[in-house]
Amino acid sequence: MELILVNIIDGLVTGLLLFMLSAGLTLIFSMMGVLNFAHASFYMLGAYFAYQISIALGFWMGLLIAPIIVGVLGAGVERYGLRRVHQYGHVPELIFTFGLALLIEELVQFIWGKNQMPFNIPEVLNYTAFSVAGNSIPAYKIFMIFISVGIFMGLLYVLTKTRVGMIIQAALSYPRTVESLGHNVPLIFMGVFGVGTALAGVAGVIAGPVLGTFPGMAFVLGSIVFVTIVIGGLGSLWGALVASLLIGWLTTFAKSYNLAMSDIFNAIGISTPENMDDNIFRDLWTVTSPQIADILPYILMVMILIFRPAGLLGKRES
Amino acid sequence: MSNQLTTDPSKPAQRMRAGSMTMTLMPWILAAGALMLMPFIFTSSSALTIMNQMWITVIFALAYNMLLGQGGMLSFGHAVYAGVGGFACMHIMNASDFFASFPLPVLPVFGGIFGAGLAMIVGSFSTRSAGTVFAMISLGVGELIAASSVIIVAFFGGEEGISGDRTYAMPFFGNEFLQQINVYYLTSFWVLLSAALMYLWSRTPVGRMANAVRDNPERAEFLGYSARWVRYYSFVASGFFAGIAGGLFAINYEIVTEENLNTASSGVILLVTFLGGVGFFFGPIIGAIVFTLVQTVLSLQTELWAFYAGSLFLATVMFFPGGLAGLLMMHVPVFKLGKAKLLIEPYFKTLLPAAIGILGLCALVEMTFHFRHATKGDNEMTLFWTTFDSHTVLPWLIALAVTAVGLVIAKRTAPALKEAWSDANSAGEVS
Repeated sequence: MELILVNIIDGLVTGLLLFMLSAGLTLIFSMMGVLNFAHASFYMLGAYFAYQISIALGFWMGLLIAPIIVGVLGAGVERYGLRRVHQYGHVPELIFTFGLALLIEELVQFIWGKNQMPFNIPEVLNYTAFSVAGNSIPAYKIFMIFISVGIFMGLLYVLTKTRVGMIIQAALSYPRTVESLGHNVPLIFMGVFGVGTALAGVAGVIAGPVLGTFPGMAFVLGSIVFVTIVIGGLGSLWGALVASLLIGWLTTFAKSYNLAMSDIFNAIGISTPENMDDNIFRDLWTVTSPQIADILPYILMVMILIFRPAGLLGKRES
Repeated sequence: MSNQLTTDPSKPAQRMRAGSMTMTLMPWILAAGALMLMPFIFTSSSALTIMNQMWITVIFALAYNMLLGQGGMLSFGHAVYAGVGGFACMHIMNASDFFASFPLPVLPVFGGIFGAGLAMIVGSFSTRSAGTVFAMISLGVGELIAASSVIIVAFFGGEEGISGDRTYAMPFFGNEFLQQINVYYLTSFWVLLSAALMYLWSRTPVGRMANAVRDNPERAEFLGYSARWVRYYSFVASGFFAGIAGGLFAINYEIVTEENLNTASSGVILLVTFLGGVGFFFGPIIGAIVFTLVQTVLSLQTELWAFYAGSLFLATVMFFPGGLAGLLMMHVPVFKLGKAKLLIEPYFKTLLPAAIGILGLCALVEMTFHFRHATKGDNEMTLFWTTFDSHTVLPWLIALAVTAVGLVIAKRTAPALKEAWSDANSAGEVS
């Protein structure tokens, strides 16, 4: 029972981290119809910038400054790169962001090298907050939860209650009309792109010390983020939240409970075959749940695509 | 027909367009001759290895372009079909009784069948829509299969992959394919056959409808064609030829690993195809040849070759979406008007300084990299056949000056080039 509580907290941390990335990605997607392949690369840039800043000015300044730099970079990419490619259509846009992701990874290796950076949890937060049945919960995890929830609340408030949020929402559905009302829609697009990438930057700063700051970090998380927004339904913010939490808990629970496939088969009445060596399904029998934890999101995605192509909370395709 | 080839340099945005030029038998005969003669011109064994690699990439890139260029479907997981084809061929190679019952040149067909089979399964849900959704599904499925390759050891052989021996096949006219040169002719035969089949496919009604569905699915549906089924057929055909490429890979290297199906190799094939140009049938062929050469030459010279390849790719996407083939075909109208010589001088004046400037930039990049990452005390570096100390000021000044001068001259002469281009492209006397 206590283990379940620990796993719930761990899954929540993973899920909320995923959400910070998928929220920006899904906002950008619903606005411009383009999937930002380089989104996770901005997450990585956030971690690296924060590391560089934290050497000189400490972790907190890194948390403050790095996302701003990342956001400005993101806005620049939108203004000078994507807007140019936009005229060629959606497929070249996707290819552009894909190339950008490749280039950012190479660039990071060029500047910081291939090794992991010693980016550590700040001293203030390096203690045990409380413990559940002998399992200690570090304060940094609680801090991560609070930051992500705070950002989500802020985003929700800005999008639904303020004038800027109203204009953004209107620009999502009827850009032409909003433009003819006198608003600068390209500027709004650039702004949203910048904010979305800045959010990814924040996620990078707070995840860097826990998950490691290395050139492959974008790739590790990147494809899971895409899977998340497909499962949640492309363009749906709430769907992204639900899918992020679902994936966070699914992978955490699969990792901590060592369920073997043969147990499941035996439980539903199929007995283990005598001779394992020349059985073509031998791998299926020996698989355990921690082994497949990392591919569970992909399996979930394929299932969703077959049975509910629009995603969990997505609108039906018109 | 000819006005389709006209391109305007101020608008490099060419719609992806395939098959807008008519080909006769001539190019095929020339290609066959070139394939036959190549081993006599480049006799070293490393050249043979590079050429084998090249032809395999050609087949794979052409198969990929059936999706991207002709069908408008962007796939981020196409290496999976080639990889599975390769693994299937490897298992057949290891099934000695069955393998001994047919000659080796037939083996890639099995790779193709398995690639197409997997494409049939995946395509049944992924081809429902094109564009972004298709791209994401292809990425997810690609990741899924690449990740399960470590888990399903019986088929994928875990991290070390599986290996086999090609010589156990039934002798083919007494030939057991012991040597690289035998494999070269096998690969050449298959590259010619697959390219011809893929070209003919693009001429069939289904290939034509793929173009229509790419450009306007709604209208194609009104004509009575199901956009989804047209995409599905293209996808399965593309999976088949990708599987053939995978089978050839298995024959050539005699080992297939997880690297053959991961996302990185899917990314490489996208890069190759786009660099070559998705708008023309021969674009991916140019892309595969150029990329393989650049990869082999540059990776020997510099650690940063992936960085350069990435920059080149991004520049292509932003400025020349037609790729190399698009750039070449831009010149066809100029030659038709007989005004090609008007362009020689401006090209010389602009492109030469630009190339020098870019090389200078590369030198700066290399020096920065050396300055940051070389071991302590190792201050010497060799660049462009000169050895110098990267910690002194002089080389930096020289590189900076070369870069600045080259790029400034290129920028100054660019308007003249633009003018010459529009002159060369307009009929009638030069004003």
